[in-house]
This record gives sequence, structure tokens and C-alpha cells, in this order.
Amino acid sequence: MASQFGIGQPVRRSEDKRFLTGRGTYVDDINLPRQTHAVVVYSPHAHADIKSIDTSAAKSAPGVLLVLTGEDAQADGLGGYGQALMPEDVGGPPGFRTTRPVLATGRVRHVGERVALVIAETEEQARDAAELIEIDYAPLPATVLAEDAVKDGAPLVWDGAENNLCFPLMMGDADATEKAIASAHYVAKVHIYNNRLTTNPMEMRGTIGDYNRAMDEYTLYTSTQNPHGVRAEVAGHILHMHETKLRVIARDVGGGFGLKGGVFPEDALVVWAAGKLERPVKWVPSRSEAMILDDDGRDQTLDAEMAVDKDGKILAMRWIALNNLGAYVVGPGAVVPMFALGMSQGVYKIPTMLVATKAVFTNTPPTTPYRGAGRPEATYTIERLMDAAARGIGMDPAEIRKRNFIQPSEFPFETHTHQIYDSGDYATALDKCLELSDYKNFAKRRAESEKAGKKRGLGLSYYIDNTGIFNDRMELRFDPSGSLTIVAGTFSHGQGHETTYKQIASDLLGVPFEDIKLVQGDTAAVSFGRGTYASRSAHVGGSALKAAAEAVIESGKKFAGMMLEAGESDLEFVDGLYKVTGTDKAIPMTEVAKFAYIPAGPPSELGTGLEGVGNFATTMSSFPNGAHVCEVEIDPDTGKVVIDRFFAVDDMGNIINPLLVAGQIHGGIVQGVGQALLEDMVYDRESGQLLSGSFLDYAMPRADDVPSFQIGMSEVPSPSNPLGVKGAGEGGTVGATPTVINAIVDALESAGVTNMELPATPERVWRALSKAA
Amino acid sequence: MTETARLPEVEVSLTVNGERVTRRIEPRMTLVDFLRLELELTGSHVGCEHGVCGACTVRVDDEIVRGCLMFAVQADGTNVVTIEGLADGGSEDDLLEAFRERNAVQCGFCTPGMVMTASDLLARYPSASRDEIREFLSGNYCRCTGYQAIVDAIEKVSQSRAGGGR
Repeated sequence: MASQFGIGQPVRRSEDKRFLTGRGTYVDDINLPRQTHAVVVYSPHAHADIKSIDTSAAKSAPGVLLVLTGEDAQADGLGGYGQALMPEDVGGPPGFRTTRPVLATGRVRHVGERVALVIAETEEQARDAAELIEIDYAPLPATVLAEDAVKDGAPLVWDGAENNLCFPLMMGDADATEKAIASAHYVAKVHIYNNRLTTNPMEMRGTIGDYNRAMDEYTLYTSTQNPHGVRAEVAGHILHMHETKLRVIARDVGGGFGLKGGVFPEDALVVWAAGKLERPVKWVPSRSEAMILDDDGRDQTLDAEMAVDKDGKILAMRWIALNNLGAYVVGPGAVVPMFALGMSQGVYKIPTMLVATKAVFTNTPPTTPYRGAGRPEATYTIERLMDAAARGIGMDPAEIRKRNFIQPSEFPFETHTHQIYDSGDYATALDKCLELSDYKNFAKRRAESEKAGKKRGLGLSYYIDNTGIFNDRMELRFDPSGSLTIVAGTFSHGQGHETTYKQIASDLLGVPFEDIKLVQGDTAAVSFGRGTYASRSAHVGGSALKAAAEAVIESGKKFAGMMLEAGESDLEFVDGLYKVTGTDKAIPMTEVAKFAYIPAGPPSELGTGLEGVGNFATTMSSFPNGAHVCEVEIDPDTGKVVIDRFFAVDDMGNIINPLLVAGQIHGGIVQGVGQALLEDMVYDRESGQLLSGSFLDYAMPRADDVPSFQIGMSEVPSPSNPLGVKGAGEGGTVGATPTVINAIVDALESAGVTNMELPATPERVWRALSKAA
Repeated sequence: MTETARLPEVEVSLTVNGERVTRRIEPRMTLVDFLRLELELTGSHVGCEHGVCGACTVRVDDEIVRGCLMFAVQADGTNVVTIEGLADGGSEDDLLEAFRERNAVQCGFCTPGMVMTASDLLARYPSASRDEIREFLSGNYCRCTGYQAIVDAIEKVSQSRAGGGR
């Protein structure tokens, strides 16, 4: 039903009022009666044997209630955190599996590995007492960079994982690719370090465990993207209890970006400790602790080649990579290199290709999905290659892309890496973006910049994302007053589901938008769900919601039939009304819902109330895609890069709320710009010490680091789901990083610079210019 | 063993959101912890504890400050306004509405600090350009929005206030 609150409308967010008035509820805003405070003691060494731990002074310090170590965890039989998915689970090669303990015993394998937990009446007392724990470490040689980890004689992170290999991956045809490259007109080559990043959601991970002795039940309040996932890991795999004994609650979550899709030792530690103390245990890190204790993202090193003929047709592509997994392969960590290979073909027809990686262990914190998770690595690589190839044969970068695009008539299109792309019209989106960005007049703007002593470059890229994963369920429940509750298996942590899901339900059922409420994030209120990550919620959650609406309509028919004195087969549901076909007899859904709650008499025999459950299983991903164009201006004296103009035209399928999609694109682009220009998680190559462990050392984009973007849409509805949507959460990030770097290389090409490492800091740009000169 | 007893408490007395409050606190307590823990005003968020992110921004007398870089005892005798007071006061309703209208909120964690900063910006520089708005906001991190919608919202309020409309 078309209304101002329906699908496709720029509905303003229902959730904003509490955030704008300071009434959001994040973990640190929750304080429970008799609450205690936990501090984690972590390893200061990247690799060391623990010779002894003396907790006696800490235990007798003021206010201290409990000190726990890995030996206590072992004595209580606690398990650890394994893998959500490994390549071998989907037919790939076997890998070396690790189990991340909640507290280490015997050996620590990265700076930040948890060694002890101190719980006291106040946070200050716990921090003071943590200083009194004496741990005797025998440091061991560490390996930090992936390229060092695979060298002969490198320190081994795990006995039994030879050359620090967790698993290899390879797709494509080695011989055919070699042959094509050997005889090609031109071969573009790029060496890339897709640098390590940290998420830094503005709300740090925090977690509170509670135990109710009367009911023998635990409650965990945590900052997660996936409450049921946390319950399964903490209850099922770590504390070995029935999941029914643990209730996980996530209220407002201050950003996640993939980080909070996983489970962390602290989630289990506070539950375990709460049971021992029979008091709530709260853990909230400082920012610098969070930066040490969080998992990181990206960290892929590769050499890539693309062979083209003189007309710019791609003949072959090859890249050989190393993915740095850190010390443990945890949760969805292995998914990152799998996605990087899977999406490596980009939006192009490539006759033959080979992509391979070795996912290796190092003495660094684990790497896990961070906004994009492998798709940024894939797009970055191929889009750098496209520009290098265009430069090599003297072709316009837009033209070489157009000559190689997969065409709209070729969908579904299977890549060499076994992805089946659903739909797209790449040339149309690119043309729109070229038009929007006034591409044809770039030379004039460059000349203006030159006059001012600045180097201007234009960067272009065409990204492709892969969104929607797994199945999920949604429930719709009317109450006796006729208002409607959506019970979501997904979990909004900034995306605005409280608004978009209500739009969908209002549209499909004709229930007023303001009469609908969203329930999420509480395992006692939501029977099951898989959370929000991989831009899955509109695709999977939205489709499940549509199925739930259809179930409601179907089960409401018997009540409507009774009200309208008609047979069910004579009813149709149109614009929120049950109608008797061919007559003007009609009744709105909300009236039928109220009727379904009548406690006695004929309707009561048809059922108690009106509700519906919907399921949707992803059998085909959706593949959002789009063109980015940006122009940078560089001051050659300082190396400072200024993004002057930025344009994006995206195909995100059908749009549920254009305002919110624009917000996802803006925010996504800025995170991609962050990787391109500022963000860098650096560990000392020898010692494994974190060198960028505060907001003073790890730079993120500020408001004056980015321009205002102009974005446009070029929708091609996806056939992969009944709403025709494609996930909007990550495309901006996937596309922005190569766009910015391509622009910088373009700006510096005339000065002899042919490559630029990530991030392109002023120092790095200045050095590249100086070296070339 | 090292004795880490609580430090002697001191009395602070200040006005917060129009109400006079007096508490005995440890001198090492920061202003933002005081607001959050003693007064249960949890709208001011702790994002970094080293003055970089701006999530804890509150107004102390006529200046906006980082609540994590100021001790509560330093606010003795001052007039403090937090996001709760600003939002309930009614004078910035157009700013709050513009944030909603322009989709300037996503996860909401940076939002209170952004609103406090935006309010200060509009008072000091009522006709700021977009570049000036960006520069003024550059002390507040947002990881979600990419800032554009926030700049849009502030620009909109600036224009409507200049036009006499509220």
C-alpha cells in the first residue's frame, strides 16, 4: 500500500528521539544492584611462556572479591572459542583449528591475550589490584607480519601448524592463466598491503554478567550484533550449559561494523564470575584496552597481475596473497580470505584467472570481519589492476572497464570463483556516475589545480559486494488492541531497523506505522535469530518479514471470513483490507486482529489471537555494486591529500528507505576513506607491541577530512529475494578505498609515482614524490 | 602489600540542568563520571577517556568541554548543561528535529556530544559555512554517518534561524 510510511519512502527514524535526548541505553549505562567491576589482565608479550602467576597480593587488596586465572578456568572445565566456518566445511582444504581460551594457560600468543580477571567492588579497586598480580613470563621470539611468518625458521605460533599455515586457498586455472599472462600484450602488476585496521565503534565492547540463584539462571547484557550467537557460544561452547539457562540482552549498541558479530572472552568471563559471586559483574574497557583486546580487520599482502590485449580486453588475472589471521582463527575469521578470493573477479569477464592465498598465524590479535570482510580486499585489488592496465596501454579508465563489464543479459553470471551474481547493469551506473561527476571536464579542473601548485588526480572504481547470508525468522504478533509487534531475529545496531521493518509491515498489512513496535536483542523475547552482519538484514530479515506478513494474512482469513460472512476462498487482501471478491464488503486487518482476541463465542474457537512466523533462507546472495569517482588535490610540498569531490552511483536493488540507504553509503565511504588516508593498525615487527593503541595514534576521519558526497541510484531489483533488495551496509566502504588511491596515483603519475601504499599519509605521499624526483 | 584505600572525599556543589546538586566524591572523579554515576545522567558518553572523541561533551558555564578531561571538583560552583538538560529545555528543539529530519543519527553513541557541539556552534557562529561547520565538528568522532547528514542538519538550522523561522 502506497503511503508516506510505506516501502520506498524516506521515513524519519523512530529510534532517533531517545538518542537525541540522551536516553539511549548502551551497556555502560546499565548498572545493576550489588554490581561488581571486572578488569582484565592481559599479556604484555606477543609470545611467551607463563612461568607463574602470583595473585596473592591482588586477592588481599581492598575491595577485591575474586581473582581468576586460566587454571581456574581449566579446573571448571571451561571451553573456548572456535570457528564459525572453515574452508573445509564448504568443501575447501582442511585447516589448522585453534581454540581461543577465555584465559590463557601455559603460553600467550599475542599482546592482549587474556591472562587473569580481577573483580572488585569498584572499578578503581579492580584496576589497582590488577597492578598487584605478578606474572613471570619467559618471552619467546614472535612473528608479526604474514610475510615473515611463512619464512623458513620463523617462530611458530602453534606447534603442528608448519610454516604457520592455517589453511591454503586456491581458485582458478594455474596453467591457463600462466599461458595467457606469458603471451599477453601488456601485464599490469601491483603489490598491495591491504593494511590492518581496527573497528573502533564509538561504543566500546562492554559486558555485564548476572546470576539469579533462585532460578539458577544467568543474564548477560552485552554490546553485540548477534545475541543468539553470543548465547550459543557462551552457554553452549564455553560454559557448557543449556542455552535456556542464559539470557542475552543487547539494548542500544553503539556501532559494530562486524567486530561485534563475534564473541569475546569477556562475555564468558563475566557470566562465569557472576555465578561464582552471585553478584552482577560489569566489564567496560578503556579505549586503549579496547584497541588491544578487540579483534582487528583486513591485513592481506598480495602480488597481483592482470594481462590485457591492445584493445583493453582482459586476458587473465592472477594474484597470490597472504592473509594474516593473527594468533587464533576465531568465529568468522576464516570467512575474510574466503570472501576475498570469492569476489576477486569483480564486475568483469575474465577468460582465465588464478587467485590463491595462504591464511597464516602470527603473534598478533585475531583478524575477523570488518565492514566488507574480504570484499574490500577483492575490489581493491582488481580496481587497482584495472587502473594500472589502463595506464599501461594508454586507455581511459572508464573505457577499459566498460569493455570488460559483465553485461545485463549475462545474469545469472557464474564467476571462476563459483559466485553466482544475481543482477546488475554496470555500464549504466558508471555512465550515471561519470555524468554526475562531470568527468569530461576533469582536465579543466586539473589545469586550475596546477596553476595553484597542486596536483589533481581522478580516481574511478567499480565495486561489487556480496550480501545476504544464512536463513532467519521474523514474527508478527498482534495484540488485543490491534497494535502490532515485529519480533526480529536480526539486530539493528545503528541501521534503523526500528524504522525500515515497520515500513515493510505497515506497507504489507496496512497497519498504521505508529501502531507498530520492534522487539529485538533479547533471547528471552526473540525465540531465535542470527543477528545482523554481512548486510543481511534487508535481504534476509526483510524477506522473512514479508513471509511473516503473508502468514498473518493467511491465518487472519478465517476470522475475516466470519466477520464478513464469506468463505475464505472468496476473500482477498488488498491495501490492508480483507475484501469479499466482487463486492464492496471489506474489513481492515486491525479490526480482524481485535476480533481474533475475543475470548468466548464463535471466533474464540478459531484460535487465540493473530500472529505469523516467516522464514527466509538465502539460496542466492545479492550483489550490490556501483561506481565511485573522486578527485583529490595534493600539495607536493607537504604530501597532504585533500579529497575535493566524491561521487557514487549505487545499485542496491529496490530501496526500502532512501534516506537510510544514503546514510549507509555516506558512512561506508568515510570508513573506506579512513583506510585510504589515515587508519593503520601497526604492531612492532619484532616485538609485536601495538604502536597505534589510542585515538592519538590511530587516526580516523573527522568531519573536516571528507567532503560532502553526491550520490545517485541505479537500481536493478535483485531476483534473489522477494523484496528485490540488495544489502546497503558495506558497498561504500568496499568502493571508496581503491577510488581514493587510484586518484592519488593518477595525481602523482606525472611526477613518476606508480604505486601508493595504504594508508596514503602525507609522509608517505611526500616520500614517494621525493623518491620519484 | 600496597594499600590502595579510597582517597579522602571532597564536597562539590554545582548546578546541573538547572538543579543545584551537592555530593561528596573522590577528587579523582572526572566530570563525566560524576554526571553518569552520581546523577545517573548517562547521555554523556565515554568514548575514549583522553579527550579525542568528543562523546562526553557537556557545557560548563559558557564553554563546551570534554567531560573526561575535567575533574568534577573543577566544576564546583559552575552551571553544567548536559544533553538531557539541553533536550528537555526546549530551546534547541529545531536542532534536534533537524538531526532527525536529515538522518544525522545512526547508532546514536556520538549523538549527544554532536548535539552539544552543534548547539555551541550555532550560538557562536550562526552563519557558519559548510566548511566552517566541518571544522567546528572536527573534535567529535562519528563512525557511522560520514558526517554529511550532521553537517546538513546544522546548516539547515543555521539557515532557518537566520530566516527568522524556528
